[in-house]
Amino acid sequence: MSPSLLAEKTEARPNPRQEESVKAKGASPRRTRAVTATRGLLGVIAFLAVWEFAPRAGLVNDYFIPPFHVIARTWWEMMRDGELEKHIRASLIRSAAGFFAAIAIAIPLGAAIAWYRPVREFLQPVLEIFRNTAALAILPVFTLIFGIGETSKIAIVLYACFFPILLATVTGVATVDPQLLRSAKVLGLSPVATFRKVVFPAAIPTIFTGIRISGAAAILVLIAAEMIGATAGLGFLINYGNQNFLIPTMYAAILTTTVLGVLINYALIALERRFSRWRA
Amino acid sequence: MSSRITLESVGQTFWVRGNDDKQLREFVALDSLDLDVAPGEFLTVVGPSGCGKSTVLDLIAGLAKPTSGRLAIDGKPITGPGLDRSVVFQQYTLLPWRTAQANIEFALEAKGGLTKKERAERARTYLDLVGLTEFAQRFPHELSGGMKQRVAIARSLSYEPQVLLMDEPFGALDAQTRERLQEELVRIWQRTGTTIVFITHDIEEAVFLGQRVAVMSARPGRIREVVPIELDRAGAGERDIRATREFADYRHHIWSLLREQNLSAPAPVDAEKELTHVA
Repeated sequence: MSPSLLAEKTEARPNPRQEESVKAKGASPRRTRAVTATRGLLGVIAFLAVWEFAPRAGLVNDYFIPPFHVIARTWWEMMRDGELEKHIRASLIRSAAGFFAAIAIAIPLGAAIAWYRPVREFLQPVLEIFRNTAALAILPVFTLIFGIGETSKIAIVLYACFFPILLATVTGVATVDPQLLRSAKVLGLSPVATFRKVVFPAAIPTIFTGIRISGAAAILVLIAAEMIGATAGLGFLINYGNQNFLIPTMYAAILTTTVLGVLINYALIALERRFSRWRA
Repeated sequence: MSSRITLESVGQTFWVRGNDDKQLREFVALDSLDLDVAPGEFLTVVGPSGCGKSTVLDLIAGLAKPTSGRLAIDGKPITGPGLDRSVVFQQYTLLPWRTAQANIEFALEAKGGLTKKERAERARTYLDLVGLTEFAQRFPHELSGGMKQRVAIARSLSYEPQVLLMDEPFGALDAQTRERLQEELVRIWQRTGTTIVFITHDIEEAVFLGQRVAVMSARPGRIREVVPIELDRAGAGERDIRATREFADYRHHIWSLLREQNLSAPAPVDAEKELTHVA
Protein backbone atom coordinates (compact mmCIF):
# COMPACT_ATOMS: atom_id res chain seq x y z
CA MET A 1 0.00 0.00 0.00
CA SER A 2 1.14 3.53 -0.63
CA PRO A 3 2.32 5.39 2.50
CA SER A 4 -0.86 7.44 2.77
CA LEU A 5 -2.53 8.56 5.98
CA LEU A 6 -5.03 5.73 5.61
CA ALA A 7 -2.32 3.07 5.43
CA GLU A 8 -0.40 4.68 8.27
CA LYS A 9 -3.28 4.96 10.73
CA THR A 10 -4.70 1.50 10.06
CA GLU A 11 -1.39 -0.34 10.08
CA ALA A 12 -1.36 -3.58 12.09
CA ARG A 13 0.21 -2.97 15.47
CA PRO A 14 0.16 -4.42 19.00
CA ASN A 15 -2.73 -3.20 21.14
CA PRO A 16 -2.08 -1.15 24.29
CA ARG A 17 -2.31 -4.19 26.60
CA GLN A 18 0.27 -6.05 24.55
CA GLU A 19 2.47 -2.97 24.48
CA GLU A 20 2.23 -2.80 28.23
CA SER A 21 3.02 -6.45 28.80
CA VAL A 22 6.25 -6.26 26.78
CA LYS A 23 7.03 -2.72 28.01
CA ALA A 24 7.51 -1.45 24.47
CA LYS A 25 5.73 0.64 21.85
CA GLY A 26 4.68 -0.57 18.43
CA ALA A 27 7.08 0.59 15.70
CA SER A 28 7.42 0.71 11.93
CA PRO A 29 10.96 -0.26 10.91
CA ARG A 30 10.76 1.83 7.75
CA ARG A 31 9.65 4.96 9.58
CA THR A 32 12.64 6.39 11.41
CA ARG A 33 13.66 9.78 12.67
CA ALA A 34 16.49 9.91 10.13
CA VAL A 35 14.08 9.48 7.22
CA THR A 36 11.74 12.16 8.57
CA ALA A 37 14.62 14.59 9.15
CA THR A 38 16.11 13.93 5.72
CA ARG A 39 12.81 14.60 3.98
CA GLY A 40 12.41 17.84 5.91
CA LEU A 41 15.91 18.94 5.04
CA LEU A 42 15.31 18.16 1.37
CA GLY A 43 12.21 20.37 1.47
CA VAL A 44 14.22 23.30 2.83
CA ILE A 45 16.99 22.76 0.26
CA ALA A 46 14.42 22.65 -2.54
CA PHE A 47 12.94 25.97 -1.34
CA LEU A 48 16.38 27.64 -1.20
CA ALA A 49 17.25 26.25 -4.63
CA VAL A 50 14.13 27.84 -6.13
CA TRP A 51 15.05 31.12 -4.41
CA GLU A 52 18.59 30.92 -5.80
CA PHE A 53 17.87 29.90 -9.36
CA ALA A 54 14.55 31.55 -10.17
CA PRO A 55 16.10 35.08 -10.17
CA ARG A 56 19.20 33.84 -11.96
CA ALA A 57 17.15 32.23 -14.69
CA GLY A 58 15.20 35.44 -15.09
CA LEU A 59 11.90 33.95 -13.94
CA VAL A 60 11.57 36.79 -11.40
CA ASN A 61 13.16 40.22 -11.27
CA ASP A 62 16.51 39.75 -9.53
CA TYR A 63 16.45 43.31 -8.27
CA PHE A 64 13.32 42.76 -6.18
CA ILE A 65 14.09 39.16 -5.33
CA PRO A 66 17.87 38.73 -5.31
CA PRO A 67 19.28 35.16 -5.38
CA PHE A 68 19.64 33.58 -1.97
CA HIS A 69 23.45 33.75 -1.87
CA VAL A 70 23.34 37.56 -2.13
CA ILE A 71 21.09 37.75 0.90
CA ALA A 72 23.18 35.23 2.82
CA ARG A 73 26.29 37.31 2.14
CA THR A 74 24.62 40.56 3.16
CA TRP A 75 23.34 38.86 6.33
CA TRP A 76 26.82 37.62 7.19
CA GLU A 77 28.37 41.07 6.64
CA MET A 78 25.76 42.79 8.77
CA MET A 79 26.28 40.19 11.47
CA ARG A 80 30.05 40.74 11.41
CA ASP A 81 30.00 44.52 11.68
CA GLY A 82 27.50 44.39 14.56
CA GLU A 83 24.77 46.23 12.64
CA LEU A 84 22.31 43.37 12.88
CA GLU A 85 23.08 42.71 16.51
CA LYS A 86 22.06 46.24 17.44
CA HIS A 87 18.66 45.80 15.85
CA ILE A 88 18.14 42.29 17.22
CA ARG A 89 18.92 43.53 20.69
CA ALA A 90 16.51 46.44 20.41
CA SER A 91 13.71 44.16 19.23
CA LEU A 92 14.40 41.42 21.75
CA ILE A 93 14.42 43.79 24.72
CA ARG A 94 11.07 45.28 23.73
CA SER A 95 9.52 41.88 23.02
CA ALA A 96 10.81 40.33 26.21
CA ALA A 97 9.67 43.28 28.35
CA GLY A 98 6.13 43.14 26.98
CA PHE A 99 5.99 39.36 26.98
CA PHE A 100 7.10 38.89 30.58
CA ALA A 101 4.94 41.74 31.80
CA ALA A 102 1.98 40.03 30.12
CA ILE A 103 2.78 36.74 31.86
CA ALA A 104 3.12 38.47 35.21
CA ILE A 105 -0.26 40.20 34.92
CA ALA A 106 -2.33 37.72 32.91
CA ILE A 107 -1.76 34.57 34.96
CA PRO A 108 -2.89 35.92 38.36
CA LEU A 109 -5.76 37.80 36.76
CA GLY A 110 -6.84 34.76 34.75
CA ALA A 111 -6.72 32.60 37.85
CA ALA A 112 -8.87 35.09 39.77
CA ILE A 113 -11.35 35.30 36.90
CA ALA A 114 -11.70 31.53 36.70
CA TRP A 115 -11.84 31.03 40.47
CA TYR A 116 -14.60 33.52 41.29
CA ARG A 117 -17.72 33.06 39.22
CA PRO A 118 -19.04 36.63 39.75
CA VAL A 119 -15.71 38.09 38.62
CA ARG A 120 -15.77 35.85 35.57
CA GLU A 121 -19.30 36.79 34.64
CA PHE A 122 -18.54 40.47 35.18
CA LEU A 123 -15.35 40.58 33.12
CA GLN A 124 -16.01 38.06 30.37
CA PRO A 125 -17.93 40.34 27.97
CA VAL A 126 -15.43 43.19 28.42
CA LEU A 127 -12.52 40.85 27.80
CA GLU A 128 -14.26 39.50 24.73
CA ILE A 129 -14.46 43.04 23.36
CA PHE A 130 -10.77 43.71 23.99
CA ARG A 131 -9.70 40.34 22.68
CA ASN A 132 -11.33 41.04 19.36
CA THR A 133 -9.73 44.45 19.05
CA ALA A 134 -6.60 43.89 16.97
CA ALA A 135 -3.44 44.96 18.76
CA LEU A 136 -2.24 46.97 15.78
CA ALA A 137 -5.54 48.83 15.62
CA ILE A 138 -4.79 50.08 19.11
CA LEU A 139 -1.24 51.13 18.23
CA PRO A 140 -2.18 54.75 17.40
CA VAL A 141 -3.88 54.99 20.78
CA PHE A 142 -0.75 53.79 22.54
CA THR A 143 1.35 56.20 20.53
CA LEU A 144 -0.91 59.07 21.58
CA ILE A 145 -0.75 58.07 25.22
CA PHE A 146 2.86 56.91 25.58
CA GLY A 147 4.53 58.78 22.72
CA ILE A 148 6.60 57.10 20.02
CA GLY A 149 9.33 55.89 22.40
CA GLU A 150 9.95 52.51 23.94
CA THR A 151 6.89 52.58 26.21
CA SER A 152 4.33 52.46 23.44
CA LYS A 153 6.11 49.55 21.75
CA ILE A 154 6.39 47.55 24.94
CA ALA A 155 2.74 48.37 25.65
CA ILE A 156 1.60 47.03 22.30
CA VAL A 157 3.54 43.79 22.82
CA LEU A 158 2.05 43.52 26.29
CA TYR A 159 -1.41 44.00 24.86
CA ALA A 160 -0.91 41.38 22.16
CA CYS A 161 0.59 38.83 24.56
CA PHE A 162 -1.89 39.46 27.33
CA PHE A 163 -5.06 37.89 25.95
CA PRO A 164 -3.80 34.50 24.81
CA ILE A 165 -2.23 33.93 28.24
CA LEU A 166 -5.26 35.28 30.09
CA LEU A 167 -7.74 33.14 28.21
CA ALA A 168 -5.56 30.03 28.48
CA THR A 169 -5.26 30.57 32.23
CA VAL A 170 -9.02 31.00 32.59
CA THR A 171 -9.62 27.81 30.61
CA GLY A 172 -6.90 25.86 32.41
CA VAL A 173 -8.14 26.79 35.86
CA ALA A 174 -11.84 26.46 35.06
CA THR A 175 -11.51 23.03 33.47
CA VAL A 176 -9.63 21.37 36.31
CA ASP A 177 -10.92 17.82 36.87
CA PRO A 178 -13.76 18.09 39.44
CA GLN A 179 -12.75 14.68 40.82
CA LEU A 180 -9.38 16.12 41.84
CA LEU A 181 -11.19 18.95 43.60
CA ARG A 182 -13.42 16.47 45.39
CA SER A 183 -10.45 14.48 46.61
CA ALA A 184 -8.81 17.69 47.81
CA LYS A 185 -12.02 18.48 49.69
CA VAL A 186 -12.08 15.01 51.24
CA LEU A 187 -8.55 15.69 52.52
CA GLY A 188 -9.79 18.91 54.09
CA LEU A 189 -7.43 21.09 52.02
CA SER A 190 -7.96 24.84 52.37
CA PRO A 191 -8.96 26.76 49.21
CA VAL A 192 -5.49 28.33 49.03
CA ALA A 193 -3.75 24.96 49.37
CA THR A 194 -6.16 23.43 46.86
CA PHE A 195 -5.29 26.14 44.37
CA ARG A 196 -1.56 25.85 44.96
CA LYS A 197 -1.32 22.05 44.99
CA VAL A 198 -4.12 20.95 42.69
CA VAL A 199 -5.61 23.64 40.47
CA PHE A 200 -2.52 25.52 39.38
CA PRO A 201 -0.35 22.50 38.53
CA ALA A 202 -3.28 21.05 36.58
CA ALA A 203 -3.63 24.29 34.63
CA ILE A 204 0.05 24.70 33.72
CA PRO A 205 -0.03 22.79 30.41
CA THR A 206 -3.02 24.83 29.21
CA ILE A 207 -1.40 28.07 30.36
CA PHE A 208 1.68 27.14 28.39
CA THR A 209 -0.33 26.85 25.21
CA GLY A 210 -1.29 30.48 25.71
CA ILE A 211 2.31 31.44 26.47
CA ARG A 212 3.46 29.82 23.25
CA ILE A 213 0.90 31.70 21.18
CA SER A 214 2.03 34.90 22.92
CA GLY A 215 5.67 34.18 22.17
CA ALA A 216 4.88 34.23 18.46
CA ALA A 217 2.64 37.29 18.83
CA ALA A 218 5.34 39.21 20.71
CA ILE A 219 7.68 39.21 17.70
CA LEU A 220 4.93 39.58 15.12
CA VAL A 221 3.31 42.66 16.61
CA LEU A 222 6.58 44.29 17.51
CA ILE A 223 7.88 44.11 13.94
CA ALA A 224 4.77 45.88 12.72
CA ALA A 225 5.05 48.50 15.48
CA GLU A 226 8.70 49.13 14.68
CA MET A 227 7.86 49.68 11.03
CA ILE A 228 5.68 52.62 11.99
CA GLY A 229 7.89 54.60 14.31
CA ALA A 230 11.35 53.54 15.46
CA THR A 231 15.03 54.22 14.92
CA ALA A 232 16.20 50.71 15.69
CA GLY A 233 14.85 47.19 15.66
CA LEU A 234 14.23 44.57 13.01
CA GLY A 235 10.91 46.10 11.92
CA PHE A 236 12.64 49.42 11.45
CA LEU A 237 15.42 47.73 9.48
CA ILE A 238 12.95 46.03 7.12
CA ASN A 239 11.18 49.29 6.46
CA TYR A 240 14.44 51.23 6.16
CA GLY A 241 15.82 48.73 3.65
CA ASN A 242 12.63 48.89 1.65
CA GLN A 243 12.46 52.68 1.47
CA ASN A 244 16.13 53.11 0.60
CA PHE A 245 16.19 50.34 -1.99
CA LEU A 246 18.62 48.31 0.13
CA ILE A 247 16.77 45.18 -0.96
CA PRO A 248 19.29 42.58 0.35
CA THR A 249 19.33 44.35 3.73
CA MET A 250 15.55 44.15 3.85
CA TYR A 251 15.59 40.40 3.14
CA ALA A 252 18.34 39.82 5.69
CA ALA A 253 16.19 41.53 8.32
CA ILE A 254 13.12 39.51 7.33
CA LEU A 255 15.11 36.29 7.53
CA THR A 256 16.37 37.27 10.97
CA THR A 257 12.84 37.75 12.29
CA THR A 258 11.94 34.30 10.94
CA VAL A 259 14.89 32.64 12.63
CA LEU A 260 14.13 34.52 15.84
CA GLY A 261 10.51 33.35 15.73
CA VAL A 262 11.52 29.72 15.17
CA LEU A 263 14.05 29.84 18.01
CA ILE A 264 11.58 31.37 20.46
CA ASN A 265 8.94 28.82 19.55
CA TYR A 266 11.30 25.90 20.03
CA ALA A 267 12.59 27.30 23.30
CA LEU A 268 9.03 27.58 24.58
CA ILE A 269 8.17 24.07 23.39
CA ALA A 270 11.21 22.69 25.21
CA LEU A 271 10.18 24.56 28.35
CA GLU A 272 6.62 23.30 27.99
CA ARG A 273 7.86 19.71 27.75
CA ARG A 274 9.84 20.15 30.91
CA PHE A 275 6.78 21.33 32.78
CA SER A 276 4.42 18.70 31.38
CA ARG A 277 6.57 15.60 31.60
CA TRP A 278 3.82 13.98 33.66
CA ARG A 279 1.45 13.97 30.73
CA ALA A 280 1.24 10.75 28.78
CA MET B 1 -9.16 2.68 64.87
CA SER B 2 -12.72 2.31 63.72
CA SER B 3 -15.96 4.12 64.16
CA ARG B 4 -19.70 3.55 64.18
CA ILE B 5 -21.62 5.32 61.46
CA THR B 6 -25.32 6.04 61.90
CA LEU B 7 -27.73 7.41 59.32
CA GLU B 8 -31.20 8.27 60.61
CA SER B 9 -34.08 8.96 58.21
CA VAL B 10 -31.70 10.71 55.83
CA GLY B 11 -33.27 12.42 52.84
CA GLN B 12 -31.55 14.13 49.96
CA THR B 13 -33.17 16.14 47.19
CA PHE B 14 -31.48 17.94 44.32
CA TRP B 15 -32.65 20.66 42.00
CA VAL B 16 -32.94 19.44 38.44
CA ARG B 17 -33.99 21.00 35.17
CA GLY B 18 -36.02 18.72 32.91
CA ASN B 19 -34.40 17.81 29.63
CA ASP B 20 -37.65 18.18 27.74
CA ASP B 21 -39.67 20.86 29.47
CA LYS B 22 -36.73 22.86 30.96
CA GLN B 23 -38.67 23.15 34.18
CA LEU B 24 -36.90 23.43 37.50
CA ARG B 25 -38.05 20.78 39.96
CA GLU B 26 -36.93 18.73 42.88
CA PHE B 27 -35.53 15.26 42.50
CA VAL B 28 -35.66 12.95 45.49
CA ALA B 29 -32.43 10.98 45.54
CA LEU B 30 -32.76 9.52 49.03
CA ASP B 31 -35.86 9.23 51.17
CA SER B 32 -35.77 8.52 54.90
CA LEU B 33 -32.85 6.17 54.70
CA ASP B 34 -31.66 4.40 57.85
CA LEU B 35 -28.36 2.63 58.13
CA ASP B 36 -26.09 1.59 60.94
CA VAL B 37 -22.50 0.56 60.36
CA ALA B 38 -20.73 -1.12 63.28
CA PRO B 39 -17.14 -0.18 64.24
CA GLY B 40 -14.68 -2.19 62.18
CA GLU B 41 -17.38 -3.57 59.94
CA PHE B 42 -17.02 -4.18 56.22
CA LEU B 43 -20.37 -3.16 54.76
CA THR B 44 -21.14 -3.31 51.07
CA VAL B 45 -23.98 -1.39 49.48
CA VAL B 46 -25.50 -2.73 46.31
CA GLY B 47 -28.32 -1.35 44.20
CA PRO B 48 -29.48 -0.53 40.71
CA SER B 49 -27.77 2.34 38.96
CA GLY B 50 -29.16 5.72 39.90
CA CYS B 51 -30.51 4.51 43.24
CA GLY B 52 -28.41 6.97 45.23
CA LYS B 53 -25.57 4.73 46.38
CA SER B 54 -22.96 7.37 45.66
CA THR B 55 -25.13 10.02 47.31
CA VAL B 56 -25.04 8.00 50.54
CA LEU B 57 -21.26 7.91 50.32
CA ASP B 58 -20.98 11.65 49.60
CA LEU B 59 -23.09 12.32 52.67
CA ILE B 60 -20.96 10.15 54.95
CA ALA B 61 -17.83 11.73 53.46
CA GLY B 62 -19.26 15.15 54.27
CA LEU B 63 -19.07 16.30 50.65
CA ALA B 64 -22.81 17.02 50.71
CA LYS B 65 -25.31 17.96 53.39
CA PRO B 66 -28.55 16.01 53.68
CA THR B 67 -31.85 17.78 53.09
CA SER B 68 -33.30 16.01 56.10
CA GLY B 69 -32.27 13.49 58.74
CA ARG B 70 -29.12 12.99 60.75
CA LEU B 71 -25.72 11.47 60.07
CA ALA B 72 -23.25 10.81 62.83
CA ILE B 73 -19.87 9.20 63.43
CA ASP B 74 -19.52 7.83 66.94
CA GLY B 75 -22.47 9.97 67.91
CA LYS B 76 -20.96 13.19 66.57
CA PRO B 77 -22.91 14.78 63.71
CA ILE B 78 -21.13 14.93 60.35
CA THR B 79 -20.74 18.55 59.30
CA GLY B 80 -18.14 18.30 56.58
CA PRO B 81 -15.18 16.33 55.31
CA GLY B 82 -12.68 15.20 57.90
CA LEU B 83 -9.50 13.20 58.10
CA ASP B 84 -11.30 10.55 60.17
CA ARG B 85 -12.86 9.44 56.87
CA SER B 86 -11.31 8.89 53.49
CA VAL B 87 -12.78 8.18 50.08
CA VAL B 88 -11.63 6.09 47.13
CA PHE B 89 -13.51 7.10 43.99
CA GLN B 90 -14.13 5.02 40.90
CA GLN B 91 -12.15 7.39 38.72
CA TYR B 92 -8.53 7.38 39.72
CA THR B 93 -8.13 10.68 41.45
CA LEU B 94 -4.37 10.73 41.51
CA LEU B 95 -2.56 13.97 40.75
CA PRO B 96 -1.06 13.18 37.33
CA TRP B 97 1.97 15.41 37.89
CA ARG B 98 3.03 13.61 41.04
CA THR B 99 4.65 10.19 41.29
CA ALA B 100 2.92 7.35 43.14
CA GLN B 101 4.87 8.13 46.29
CA ALA B 102 4.33 11.88 46.01
CA ASN B 103 0.60 11.28 45.63
CA ILE B 104 0.53 9.57 49.00
CA GLU B 105 2.68 12.33 50.46
CA PHE B 106 0.05 14.76 49.17
CA ALA B 107 -2.50 13.28 51.58
CA LEU B 108 0.03 13.41 54.40
CA GLU B 109 0.80 17.06 53.64
CA ALA B 110 -2.91 17.74 54.04
CA LYS B 111 -2.95 15.96 57.38
CA GLY B 112 0.12 17.88 58.57
CA GLY B 113 2.31 17.29 61.58
CA LEU B 114 4.89 15.18 59.79
CA THR B 115 8.32 16.13 58.52
CA LYS B 116 9.22 15.66 54.87
CA LYS B 117 11.24 12.61 55.77
CA GLU B 118 8.47 11.08 57.85
CA ARG B 119 6.00 11.63 55.02
CA ALA B 120 8.28 9.85 52.57
CA GLU B 121 8.74 6.95 54.97
CA ARG B 122 5.03 6.65 55.64
CA ALA B 123 4.27 6.79 51.90
CA ARG B 124 6.75 3.97 51.34
CA THR B 125 5.15 1.86 54.07
CA TYR B 126 1.74 2.14 52.46
CA LEU B 127 3.08 1.47 48.98
CA ASP B 128 4.52 -1.72 50.45
CA LEU B 129 1.11 -2.56 51.88
CA VAL B 130 -0.47 -2.49 48.41
CA GLY B 131 2.51 -4.22 46.80
CA LEU B 132 3.80 -1.30 44.76
CA THR B 133 7.22 -0.82 46.37
CA GLU B 134 9.04 -0.78 43.05
CA PHE B 135 6.64 1.67 41.46
CA ALA B 136 7.13 4.52 43.92
CA GLN B 137 8.71 6.85 41.38
CA ARG B 138 6.29 6.16 38.52
CA PHE B 139 3.83 8.78 37.33
CA PRO B 140 0.15 7.78 37.14
CA HIS B 141 0.22 7.56 33.34
CA GLU B 142 2.95 4.95 33.68
CA LEU B 143 0.75 2.75 35.88
CA SER B 144 -2.05 0.37 34.90
CA GLY B 145 -5.61 0.97 36.09
CA GLY B 146 -5.27 -1.56 38.90
CA MET B 147 -2.01 -0.02 40.08
CA LYS B 148 -3.49 3.46 40.06
CA GLN B 149 -6.37 2.29 42.21
CA ARG B 150 -3.94 0.62 44.60
CA VAL B 151 -2.07 3.90 44.95
CA ALA B 152 -5.40 5.61 45.63
CA ILE B 153 -6.18 3.02 48.32
CA ALA B 154 -2.70 3.43 49.81
CA ARG B 155 -3.20 7.19 49.84
CA SER B 156 -6.55 6.85 51.58
CA LEU B 157 -5.12 4.57 54.24
CA SER B 158 -1.89 6.52 54.73
CA TYR B 159 -3.36 9.07 57.11
CA GLU B 160 -5.00 6.30 59.10
CA PRO B 161 -8.66 7.22 58.86
CA GLN B 162 -11.21 5.38 60.96
CA VAL B 163 -13.59 4.96 58.06
CA LEU B 164 -12.76 4.08 54.47
CA LEU B 165 -15.47 4.94 51.97
CA MET B 166 -15.20 3.31 48.56
CA ASP B 167 -17.35 4.28 45.59
CA GLU B 168 -17.19 1.44 43.05
CA PRO B 169 -13.40 1.56 43.23
CA PHE B 170 -12.90 -1.53 41.07
CA GLY B 171 -15.63 -0.75 38.56
CA ALA B 172 -13.30 0.23 35.75
CA LEU B 173 -10.91 -2.71 36.13
CA ASP B 174 -10.80 -5.98 34.24
CA ALA B 175 -12.22 -9.07 35.98
CA GLN B 176 -8.93 -10.65 37.05
CA THR B 177 -7.43 -7.46 38.39
CA ARG B 178 -10.67 -6.78 40.21
CA GLU B 179 -10.64 -10.16 41.96
CA ARG B 180 -7.05 -9.74 43.01
CA LEU B 181 -7.72 -6.31 44.42
CA GLN B 182 -10.81 -7.58 46.25
CA GLU B 183 -8.69 -10.20 48.00
CA GLU B 184 -6.06 -7.61 48.79
CA LEU B 185 -8.66 -5.26 50.20
CA VAL B 186 -10.00 -7.95 52.55
CA ARG B 187 -6.46 -8.62 53.71
CA ILE B 188 -5.82 -4.92 54.32
CA TRP B 189 -9.12 -4.59 56.16
CA GLN B 190 -8.23 -7.50 58.42
CA ARG B 191 -4.86 -5.94 59.15
CA THR B 192 -5.98 -2.37 59.79
CA GLY B 193 -9.43 -2.96 61.29
CA THR B 194 -10.78 0.11 59.49
CA THR B 195 -14.54 0.44 59.06
CA ILE B 196 -15.25 0.12 55.34
CA VAL B 197 -18.35 1.16 53.42
CA PHE B 198 -18.04 -0.17 49.89
CA ILE B 199 -20.43 0.80 47.11
CA THR B 200 -20.87 -1.48 44.12
CA HIS B 201 -23.40 -2.55 41.52
CA ASP B 202 -21.77 -5.98 41.27
CA ILE B 203 -23.64 -8.51 43.43
CA GLU B 204 -20.76 -10.98 43.57
CA GLU B 205 -18.37 -8.27 44.67
CA ALA B 206 -20.83 -7.22 47.38
CA VAL B 207 -21.20 -10.79 48.70
CA PHE B 208 -17.50 -11.55 48.49
CA LEU B 209 -16.39 -8.46 50.39
CA GLY B 210 -19.16 -7.59 52.81
CA GLN B 211 -19.88 -8.87 56.28
CA ARG B 212 -23.27 -7.42 55.55
CA VAL B 213 -24.75 -6.33 52.24
CA ALA B 214 -27.16 -3.41 52.24
CA VAL B 215 -29.50 -3.73 49.27
CA MET B 216 -30.91 -0.43 48.05
CA SER B 217 -34.05 0.28 46.12
CA ALA B 218 -34.24 3.01 43.51
CA ARG B 219 -36.22 6.24 43.35
CA PRO B 220 -36.37 7.21 45.98
CA GLY B 221 -33.26 5.58 47.36
CA ARG B 222 -33.92 3.51 50.45
CA ILE B 223 -32.31 0.55 52.16
CA ARG B 224 -34.50 -2.39 51.22
CA GLU B 225 -32.81 -5.08 53.23
CA VAL B 226 -29.51 -5.65 54.99
CA VAL B 227 -28.28 -9.19 54.39
CA PRO B 228 -25.70 -10.58 56.83
CA ILE B 229 -23.13 -12.71 55.02
CA GLU B 230 -21.57 -15.62 56.86
CA LEU B 231 -18.92 -17.11 54.65
CA ASP B 232 -15.78 -18.94 55.65
CA ARG B 233 -13.24 -16.64 54.02
CA ALA B 234 -10.15 -18.36 55.38
CA GLY B 235 -7.67 -19.04 52.61
CA ALA B 236 -9.46 -16.91 50.05
CA GLY B 237 -6.28 -16.87 48.00
CA GLU B 238 -6.22 -20.60 47.21
CA ARG B 239 -9.87 -21.52 47.54
CA ASP B 240 -12.52 -20.29 45.10
CA ILE B 241 -15.07 -18.99 47.57
CA ARG B 242 -17.26 -17.75 44.76
CA ALA B 243 -17.82 -21.36 43.68
CA THR B 244 -19.25 -22.51 47.04
CA ARG B 245 -22.91 -23.30 47.58
CA GLU B 246 -23.33 -20.65 50.30
CA PHE B 247 -21.90 -17.97 48.05
CA ALA B 248 -24.32 -18.90 45.30
CA ASP B 249 -27.24 -18.80 47.72
CA TYR B 250 -26.36 -15.32 48.97
CA ARG B 251 -25.83 -14.12 45.45
CA HIS B 252 -29.17 -15.48 44.36
CA HIS B 253 -31.00 -14.01 47.34
CA ILE B 254 -29.66 -10.52 46.60
CA TRP B 255 -30.21 -10.97 42.89
CA SER B 256 -33.87 -11.81 43.63
CA LEU B 257 -34.25 -8.74 45.82
CA LEU B 258 -32.93 -6.52 43.04
CA ARG B 259 -34.97 -8.32 40.39
CA GLU B 260 -38.22 -7.97 42.37
CA GLN B 261 -37.57 -4.26 42.49
CA ASN B 262 -37.04 -4.11 38.80
CA LEU B 263 -40.33 -5.87 38.21
CA SER B 264 -42.20 -3.67 40.63
CA ALA B 265 -40.38 -0.55 39.54
CA PRO B 266 -42.56 1.94 37.72
CA ALA B 267 -42.80 0.96 34.08
CA PRO B 268 -43.24 3.74 31.50
CA VAL B 269 -47.03 3.25 31.83
CA ASP B 270 -46.68 4.11 35.49
CA ALA B 271 -45.08 7.45 34.75
CA GLU B 272 -47.53 9.32 36.97
CA LYS B 273 -46.44 7.46 40.04
CA GLU B 274 -42.86 8.37 39.30
CA LEU B 275 -43.73 12.01 38.90
CA THR B 276 -45.17 12.10 42.39
CA HIS B 277 -41.78 11.13 43.72
CA VAL B 278 -40.11 13.71 41.58
CA ALA B 279 -42.51 16.55 42.31
